[in-house]
Amino acid sequence: MAKRIEVSGLHAYYGGTLAIEDISMTIEPRSVTAFIGPSGCGKSTFLRTLNRMHEVIPGARVEGKVMLDDDDLYGPSVDPVAVRRTVGMVFQRPNPFPTMSIYENVAAGLRLNGVRGKSKLDDVVEESLRDANLWNEVKDRLGKPGAGLSGGQQQRLCIARAIAVQPQVLLMDEPCSALDPISTLAIEDLVAKLKNQFTIVIVTHNMQQAARVSDRTAFFNIAGTGKPGKLIEIDDTSTIFTKPQEQATEDYITGRFG
Amino acid sequence: MTSETGVESSADRAESVRAGHRARMPKSTGRVGDRVFASAARGSGALVLAIIVAIAAFLVWKAVPALQKDQANFLTSQAWDPNAATPRFGIVQLAFGTVVSSLLAMLIATPVAVGIALFIGFYAPRRLGGPLGYVVDLLAAVPSIVYGLWGLAVLAPHMEGVSKGLNAALGWIPIFGGDSPGKNSVFTASIVLAIMILPIISSLSREVFLQVPRAHLEASLALGATRWEMIKMSVLPYGRSGVIGASMLGLGRAMGETIAVAMVLTYAPGVNIHLLEDGGATFAANIANSFAEASETGRGALIASGLVLFVITLVVNMAARAVVARRKEFA
Repeated sequence: MAKRIEVSGLHAYYGGTLAIEDISMTIEPRSVTAFIGPSGCGKSTFLRTLNRMHEVIPGARVEGKVMLDDDDLYGPSVDPVAVRRTVGMVFQRPNPFPTMSIYENVAAGLRLNGVRGKSKLDDVVEESLRDANLWNEVKDRLGKPGAGLSGGQQQRLCIARAIAVQPQVLLMDEPCSALDPISTLAIEDLVAKLKNQFTIVIVTHNMQQAARVSDRTAFFNIAGTGKPGKLIEIDDTSTIFTKPQEQATEDYITGRFG
Repeated sequence: MTSETGVESSADRAESVRAGHRARMPKSTGRVGDRVFASAARGSGALVLAIIVAIAAFLVWKAVPALQKDQANFLTSQAWDPNAATPRFGIVQLAFGTVVSSLLAMLIATPVAVGIALFIGFYAPRRLGGPLGYVVDLLAAVPSIVYGLWGLAVLAPHMEGVSKGLNAALGWIPIFGGDSPGKNSVFTASIVLAIMILPIISSLSREVFLQVPRAHLEASLALGATRWEMIKMSVLPYGRSGVIGASMLGLGRAMGETIAVAMVLTYAPGVNIHLLEDGGATFAANIANSFAEASETGRGALIASGLVLFVITLVVNMAARAVVARRKEFA
């Protein structure tokens, strides 16, 4: 149930501003692809075009093609809501539903998909929490509010919520940037485990993290303020970090700018 | 002598330094301005409290003589006959009419107001949403006499049929029951009140919905929620207590409304649970209708009823503020 993503000639706009320009890449299934690059280079924007979350911002639009195996995500008859049920997302700041219990948070997506029946829900909630390495910490307080957990636990709860609906792809937008090192490690372990089931795309500011968790790495850059972000190169992570093709990539990973 | 002059001169120097300091001070006018502004602000705040206390004191002072002549229990009697030789009056029917018509107005207005707020916030294109919100707010600027005229001339004639229909269909429910559903009923008054309190509930709800953090909205959208599902999962739970507070403020406003109710509702004595039947009375409408022809005791009785209304609205408004404030702690 992991699918390949093929992007070709993708432009994304905020109103009249071109945010990312002409991006083409292939994202392999059952692997982790990391997006790195300086702030404002459009890596988060690009990530959000992969589940059509970009367009929920007023005035934002996308041109180009994103294929999920044989399905065109931007096809004329495609419902963005259906896309988002197939391509899950985890955000920079943990955002569990504040009024819902831990259980209800995980079950939320299932309920949206029309899953009824307590035993079925119980099973999936437990399985998702186990997959998110959170079950042992919360199994005795499933009825307590999700917002009462620590930041790292909340983020794993959000991951459990995202994977409960069995998406094809899991997008993660800097999932550790609001977390302490221990929680970060927990999430990284989780990513390594989840890539056996899902296609995972992770945006990160942290190059060590990209090197640790990803199989392939894409480097994004901007020519200057106000210019659109571009994909500089994408390759196997080891290649990007040892012998990149582009000078800009080398400058970035060696810390010469950004 | 030298030591003395030395002391003097050093004192002089200190004095001149201080004088120079003081001489430079007026250049920064800020401090004087601050003090003036602070006292003006404090004065205004105190004035509000003083006015409220004065109103309460005035009401009590005018009401007590009449209350002493009351031959019935002011709090429990259904009679309202303060102009008779042996005055008998109580607030039950007025309290009933006021509370029931306002509650009904709140129940009618809240869903519509929330619907408007949600439409403007999440459904309408921005070009439409802005002006629409403005128009809804404009409803609050219509004078209540205009609502009264409209209720009397336009709404009431149509309400006769509506009342008969409701009575026929739902007559087994006591509030829709009764033998003679009419057009100048508590029900009609409630509809006029509902329209009048719509803007306050709607604009406060809109404010609350605007504060829902983007992260909450995106959390549900990213799970594949439709717009309505997003509203159910993220917007309404977050905004619930704010909406409750807003509708209670609307309730407070409906309770104090006078002229529109006085025009629409025909006076009838006693408590009538059949809300579709003509007649009823509220505190404010009763005062407006009978103050001019009242005897001295009658006026005192009306003022006493006004005091009760004052207390009820105060309690409702304070409760509403408390609910709204509690929401802020969550946010």
